[in-house]
Amino acid sequence: MMTELEKYKKVEAEDVTFWYRAATVGAFPEDGGACVKYKDLQIAVFNFTRRGEWYACQNLCPHKMQMILSRGMIGSTGEEPKVACPFHKKTFSLKTGKNINGDTCDITTYPVKIEEGFVYIGFNEVF
Amino acid sequence: MKKIVVIGNGMVGYKFCEKLRAAEGNEIFDVTVFGEEPWPAYDRVHLSSYFSGANADTLMMAPRSWYHEHDIDLRTNELIIKIDRIGKTVHSHTGNSIAYDFLILATGSGAFVPTISGVDKKGVFVYRTLEDLDAIIAYGQKVKSAAVMGGGLLGLEAAKAVYDMGLKTHVVEFAPRLMPRQLDENAAALLKSKIEDLGIGVHLSKNTREISGNGKLTGLEFADGTKLDVEMLVISAGIKPRDELARDCQLETNVRGGIVINEFMQTTDPSIYAIGEAAAYKELVYGLVAPGYEMATQVVNQLVGKEVKPFMGFDMSTKLKLIGVEVGSFGDPFGDIEPCKSIVFEDKVKGLYKRINISKDGKKLLGGILIGDTSAYNMLLQMVQNHMPLPPEPEDLILGSRGGKEPSGAGIAALPEGAQICSCENITKSDICKAITEGGIEDISALKSCTKAGAGCGGCVPMVQDLLNHELKNLGKKVKNVICEHFDYTRQELLDIIKIKEIKSYNRLLDEVGHGDGCEKCKPAVASILASTWNELVVKQDTIQDTNDRYLANIQKGGSYSVVPRIPGGEITPDKIIVIGQVAKKYGLYTKITGGQRIDLFGARVDQLPDIWEELIDAGFESGHAYGKSLRTVKSCVGSTWCRFGVQDAVSYAIRVEERYRGLRSPHKLKGAVSGCTRECAEAQSKDFGIIATEKGWNLYVCGNGGSKPQHAQLLINDIDSETCIKYIDRFLMFYIKTAEPLNRTATWLNKLEGGLDYLRDVVVNDCLGIGEELEREMDFMVDTYACEWKEVVNNPVLRAKFKHFVNTEENDPAMAFQPLRGQKIPVEWHGQ
Ligand code: SRM
Ligand SMILES: Cc1cc2nc3c(=O)[nH]c(=O)nc-3n(C[C@H](O)[C@H](O)[C@H](O)COP(=O)(O)OP(=O)(O)OC[C@H]3O[C@@H](n4cnc5c(N)ncnc54)[C@H](O)[C@@H]3O)c2cc1C
Ligand code: SF4
Ligand code: FES
Repeated sequence: MMTELEKYKKVEAEDVTFWYRAATVGAFPEDGGACVKYKDLQIAVFNFTRRGEWYACQNLCPHKMQMILSRGMIGSTGEEPKVACPFHKKTFSLKTGKNINGDTCDITTYPVKIEEGFVYIGFNEVF
Repeated sequence: MKKIVVIGNGMVGYKFCEKLRAAEGNEIFDVTVFGEEPWPAYDRVHLSSYFSGANADTLMMAPRSWYHEHDIDLRTNELIIKIDRIGKTVHSHTGNSIAYDFLILATGSGAFVPTISGVDKKGVFVYRTLEDLDAIIAYGQKVKSAAVMGGGLLGLEAAKAVYDMGLKTHVVEFAPRLMPRQLDENAAALLKSKIEDLGIGVHLSKNTREISGNGKLTGLEFADGTKLDVEMLVISAGIKPRDELARDCQLETNVRGGIVINEFMQTTDPSIYAIGEAAAYKELVYGLVAPGYEMATQVVNQLVGKEVKPFMGFDMSTKLKLIGVEVGSFGDPFGDIEPCKSIVFEDKVKGLYKRINISKDGKKLLGGILIGDTSAYNMLLQMVQNHMPLPPEPEDLILGSRGGKEPSGAGIAALPEGAQICSCENITKSDICKAITEGGIEDISALKSCTKAGAGCGGCVPMVQDLLNHELKNLGKKVKNVICEHFDYTRQELLDIIKIKEIKSYNRLLDEVGHGDGCEKCKPAVASILASTWNELVVKQDTIQDTNDRYLANIQKGGSYSVVPRIPGGEITPDKIIVIGQVAKKYGLYTKITGGQRIDLFGARVDQLPDIWEELIDAGFESGHAYGKSLRTVKSCVGSTWCRFGVQDAVSYAIRVEERYRGLRSPHKLKGAVSGCTRECAEAQSKDFGIIATEKGWNLYVCGNGGSKPQHAQLLINDIDSETCIKYIDRFLMFYIKTAEPLNRTATWLNKLEGGLDYLRDVVVNDCLGIGEELEREMDFMVDTYACEWKEVVNNPVLRAKFKHFVNTEENDPAMAFQPLRGQKIPVEWHGQ
């Protein structure tokens, strides 16, 4: 179980060595998310239309180890963009992955870029 | 750099790390932690929840990554076998040695195992670690009966665990009563009878002489010559501090176990501290986490050079739920420390026992015992700890005030500043009040994360909430119920804005009158208002909906969904039941009759939902809105068509009412019921609106609910005809929808409504505001624009396409897994694998 969490390793934008082409921009609902499968990882990708930003993080909620975050509502507290887990409404920063409203552990975030209508997620190793 | 080595990564060892890394000036310490167990520290206090589904992960105090992020070198699975005080190094069983400047002994305790012949037999266990539990669970599957040795707190907890495993359970206690350290004879007798009611055997005054059996345990033999046949034994007879390392290196230890410490947690070696259950202060080992945490804080403060108050011992009061019985014991429960008088209240029928001990001069509360109802525990404990003055009639404290006067006793306001509110984290009233008055905190979750109050067992949260409300009121902040940081309006104000400006989308509302990007509080609240006003398809703005409304189904453990077709009034034809059965079979769904008189089909994957609904809709079903804050069911009894007592046709009327209000979005869910006579088999008086047949027509009750805070519905008007009854329900529901705060059921709303039921009757029946017709018109609009959401989704390929797990492959969620139960399937426990 720990290993499931440990699969998600933080990738900083400057360390990306491989951009995975996930899907077209249109596959992601406005101001919401959808889930992308990459190898045996599940990545939640959010189209934060309101801010004109894109975010990606692990789909796995560390609270009860549920593959669900892509179905969560997004929003902000102060300036920080966040996602709320649908199960028990734990919230996580989409920028840093930090758990905002409790003491659940943090989640891993990934860089995202948009090119020619496609959404790419950044990884730093080709598994 | 100074080098700290911590031996033991249990609850207290972890807390030490957490507090150290949170303290200013901690950067100069290099920290290494050794833990003998294979995993990082976990919550031993909630160990028993492992039986009810928690797993090692959910019990973890912090994941491994936390230690890494905080620059702590955690070495699990590594036992320290020697301390070299002269060389200031410790040695582990894998041959590593490591030097320290400061050594923290947080080695905790092991289970105390009495020397009885046969304790080494197969089938004998202790109850202390996750590994113990794994072993108990595995062995428990092979046997039918078990005994727990020890009738104290831990023993009873262990007994509950084996009882829940379905074993015939016995508790064996040496003393003549249960929980001898916390309860007096009467309290213990009541507890015993409650436990026996469950079929658990309780054997008191039993001195176990031998554990019999040939290699494998088959029974216990007692000194009085009696015997008990059991196949498994869990020993829970106390704890034994792990002081062996300390003893080997000649640190002073206590004769009855425990590493001797002074009021600063120092052992006899100035560079070695001992904390938690391994330490003995004034010959006492504290077997609870709160004192251990306090000790950890003390050591951290000394290391970083903060002010240090000496440790003064710790209160051993406890409140818990044991085998379904609430038990509390606080202060001096027996009243034998100083002369005192006791007030005792006992109700054998209800299973209540309450005792308070009052000082001879009648001025102070010294302690007491509560069985069956511990709601007064927090307040009573505060009175003891803070020497608060007693009310003139102290018996009110346990009986509640009876009649006339204001309830006496002391409210939250009377607590002194230093009163400890959260004992796990040692947070006082003044800490909390400061966060509110100086830190400007206005909501409970911010207060919790800022002060950490309630982060441990959570038992103090109601008190923290009360303090918050009280302080805010004192600050003259009108506790205006704005919905969140993004809108400075109440729900009612937003509803008016939405109506007047004809706003139909969340984004437009946020642009015009809100700020920021919204959140999980305002999005569903606004979604509900939009739906109650315009009645448009909720999935058109799917990302502002709670997950249930977004996928038009209730999410379940593991991420599957349930399907609840509407069965108005609970009436269903055999053909329709057959269809439900066929659909459930085809998609492998778990089926259950709900408490709302319909059938729930669980375990559908998100991509299966449209297919399932397509088949149900073809057979004439429609959405049951089990997922929405909207009308759920209108239950009915069989009524006058069949029942020999019935005076009206309850089923027909229930169907009519349910079909009128189906799909109606509201601040919280709505439930109704219709009973065919005053025997009230449909339980209408526990519903938001309840209708009970009379000879002359119907009596209409409003604002009841079941749930965690049940409240009876109250009679709004009697003996009205069917049309009038619907007219009044229209007005009542619309008035509620327009004025209630988010997530307030009708009962909560009524409780806050100024003027209460009389005013509500004036509005609904006497139309004192002159809005009666408007409310009816608005309801007619909702009824006329109703459409089954699932039908629209099933017939709309764009909406249908949203129902899948991945966007880049047709695969299903590989993490979703089920296991069999009684011929059906259920999800595997939390964590999904
Ligand atoms: C399925 C069902 C249990 C069952 O198997 O029987 C059920 C299941 C849930 N109930 Fe219930 N309740 C069910 C009947 C009831 C009843 C009985 C009744 O309606 O007569 C009550 C007490 C009556 C009442 O509501 O006043 C009831 C009081 C609650 C409450 C407490 C409400 C309150 O005001 O305190 C909640 C919590 C809430 O809504 O916030 C709740 C919440 C829930 C939730 C939605 C919890 C959740 O968010 O997941 C459960 C959804 C499970 C699911 O996915 O289907 N359920 N729940 C019943 C569905 C009835 C139906 O056909 O729609
Ligand atoms: C079933 C159960 C229910 C409980 N319920 C409550 C409750 O409701 N309320 C309450 O306040 N308390 C409760 N307790 C007690 C509470 O769990 C303990 O007080 C608390 O865990 C003590 O923390 P600790 O860190 O001192 O010891 P522990 O949690 O025992 O941790 C000590 C750790 O050190 C390790 N260790 C020991 N020696 C070495 C060594 N030489 N080298 C490396 N590692 C070593 C051990 O393996 C262990 O992991 C309960 C305990 C149990 C078992
Ligand atoms: S009482 Fe209701 S909410 Fe609680 S477990 Fe049962 S179904 Fe779920
Ligand atoms: S599973 Fe995500 S908050 Fe509980």
